[in-house]
Amino acid sequence: MNFIRELLSNENKISENLKKIFWTVGTALFVIGVYGWYIRFVDGHLKANYGSIVTWGLWVAAYIYFIGLSAGSFLVSSLVYVFNFKKFERIGRLAVFTALVTLLMALLSIWADLGHMERAWHVMVFPNFKSPMAWMIYLYSIYMLLLIAEIYFLLRYDLVKEANDETIRGKLYRILSLGSKDLSEQSKTRDKKIVKILATIGIPIAILFHGGVGALFGVVAARPHWHSGLFPILFLLSALVSGGALLTLISSVFQEGWFKNKDVVVELGKMVLALLLLDVLFQFSEFLVAYRGGIPSHIAGYELVISGPYAWVFWGWQGFVGTVIPIFLLILPTRKSPRWVALAGLLIAAGIFGLRLNIVIPGLAVEEIHGLTSAIYSHRVDPNYFPSIPEWTLTFGIIGFGMILFGFGEFFLPKHEEKESAIVSQSKI
Amino acid sequence: MSEEIKEIEKETQHIGRDEFLSKLVKIGAGTLAATIVSNGMLGTASKLIAKSKNETPVKRKYHYGMVIDTRRCVGCRSCVLACKAENKTPPGVSYTVVFEEILENRPNDKPVFMTKPCFHCEHPPCTDVCPVSATYKREQDGIVVVDYDRCIGCRYCMTACPYSARWFDFGENYPAVEEKTPWAEVPSPEYKQFRKREHEKSPIGNVRKCTFCLHLQDEKGQYNKAEGRWPACAKTCTGKAIHFGDFNDPNSEVSVLLRERQYIRLKEELGTSPNVYYLL
Repeated sequence: MNFIRELLSNENKISENLKKIFWTVGTALFVIGVYGWYIRFVDGHLKANYGSIVTWGLWVAAYIYFIGLSAGSFLVSSLVYVFNFKKFERIGRLAVFTALVTLLMALLSIWADLGHMERAWHVMVFPNFKSPMAWMIYLYSIYMLLLIAEIYFLLRYDLVKEANDETIRGKLYRILSLGSKDLSEQSKTRDKKIVKILATIGIPIAILFHGGVGALFGVVAARPHWHSGLFPILFLLSALVSGGALLTLISSVFQEGWFKNKDVVVELGKMVLALLLLDVLFQFSEFLVAYRGGIPSHIAGYELVISGPYAWVFWGWQGFVGTVIPIFLLILPTRKSPRWVALAGLLIAAGIFGLRLNIVIPGLAVEEIHGLTSAIYSHRVDPNYFPSIPEWTLTFGIIGFGMILFGFGEFFLPKHEEKESAIVSQSKI
Repeated sequence: MSEEIKEIEKETQHIGRDEFLSKLVKIGAGTLAATIVSNGMLGTASKLIAKSKNETPVKRKYHYGMVIDTRRCVGCRSCVLACKAENKTPPGVSYTVVFEEILENRPNDKPVFMTKPCFHCEHPPCTDVCPVSATYKREQDGIVVVDYDRCIGCRYCMTACPYSARWFDFGENYPAVEEKTPWAEVPSPEYKQFRKREHEKSPIGNVRKCTFCLHLQDEKGQYNKAEGRWPACAKTCTGKAIHFGDFNDPNSEVSVLLRERQYIRLKEELGTSPNVYYLL
């Protein structure tokens, strides 16, 4: 406790300390992850705990979670670059960069989940466009190229400006600026235009690919828990909630923390609250239709969610920690304090992971034919699933990898330039 | 030499941004292509494409299916074993299973036993979701198969199958294989591919399923009960509960049974139209 009190007592130190924590946690997770990847490469899926009943486990849940974060933060950034939403301008670049890092994390997760990782390229060469999974591959590829291009044009001017330094940073900028030397105002406005176009194209793509992930689950008629027209929309909403929440947290730690980003954090908090409430409404609707409809197979998945062996994920993690507490934090006067809003962001972002787990696993853990799981004796034919240690460590490793990548990017890449308005808002604090 | 360098320097100094970008793209594409070729990806790709081209569409000749008599099944599970012996499936992979259901109000609480292979549906939901078309319904006889060389092991098909008829090969082995007894050297005749079980090699890491023992078909795609070329589970069934045959042939055992007896199919409401019928 003393440590935390000390940490929070000195305002100037907080941001620095939070960054220290960030780097320590990131590195620790990355190191833990090495074990998970080692086991994955040596033993394949042998040490994973999913089976032929619960066919998808933690890695798939992590994948839809990260991809949601990516779509969510990208859509938040488009508020700035497409809709000219000035309030979030300070974190526009941060949001786009977050979108790229989380996309890479998502692709890593789903790559590890493939039975044959070395065949990942098959999806590009032999696509079956009847499968929502094949749509996704192409949309991701376009999205990734688009993100990279957008980041390039967002940073180009600043990169070129500092590319002449003989420091490591200057050299790095020279490489990253791809030989561009143009520092004219013209080029600056041109970059802005290009960014606007790219961000505009990005909106439908982000909606398509993440709605598509929802459709990937929604189209499976064999799983009544997933088979709902609301699913793609629910995915998008959860993406916006988690992406917004993550950005709230990030903008209060990075880019000089919540001192400079106070307005942004508080504003983001308002938006996230609205989205979260909408998300709760949508989820409630799913439950209502299932239970009032009363078809046993439709309810079975929800029964597992609310009273199965992992009901605590729903009630404790997703419900209490990820929904109730943050809603209060964002409604009570704490909503004006960026510190509390940032905490709410952290809790929501963590809570949505519970939601993702509650989509993937209960949908699968229901016996498709009564008596099937007792017909043969194998731990691969078991409706009870809890991720194994290699599964956890690999997932932690991906989180650590993402954090480190993000940390380096944040450290090396040019920050949002200070304009008059930003300085004024700072002096207000 | 030094002149050359100077020239290069000149060139690099005057290089425009557009030019640079286009050069970069070219270099990038070149490197990518080189990597692809060097990794043998192109080779594999062309092989796999050629393979799919060779399979020219043929008219549906046979309509194979099963009729399973729940009154005759005694629940001995020899079909499960016969299938394992025939296809050499590892632990946790069982192309057919027998499950039992205690029905109320029956004398002696006699359970109903049901053996459940893959139903080789007329409208299989599993094939449409495969992102790489690795699983498909064969044109000539309607058997749903998996191309082990193409399958990436994403397991989407397993979630889409309403009957849990698909199994993922995690790479586990029975002790006889683990201890490298001579049995481990016997390849599986599946798809007439005769693969030996090797670490991380297909079918490990693939989705596997019942094939109606299609490796026992002759060149014409026909089975023959008298010669023993018949799906292992049907061949071995002690209660003679599993009937196999061609629904296109009105005189086949299965066609006759469907005409004469009452039957159900599982989960009709999903519209999958299974080719395995249960007699009541």
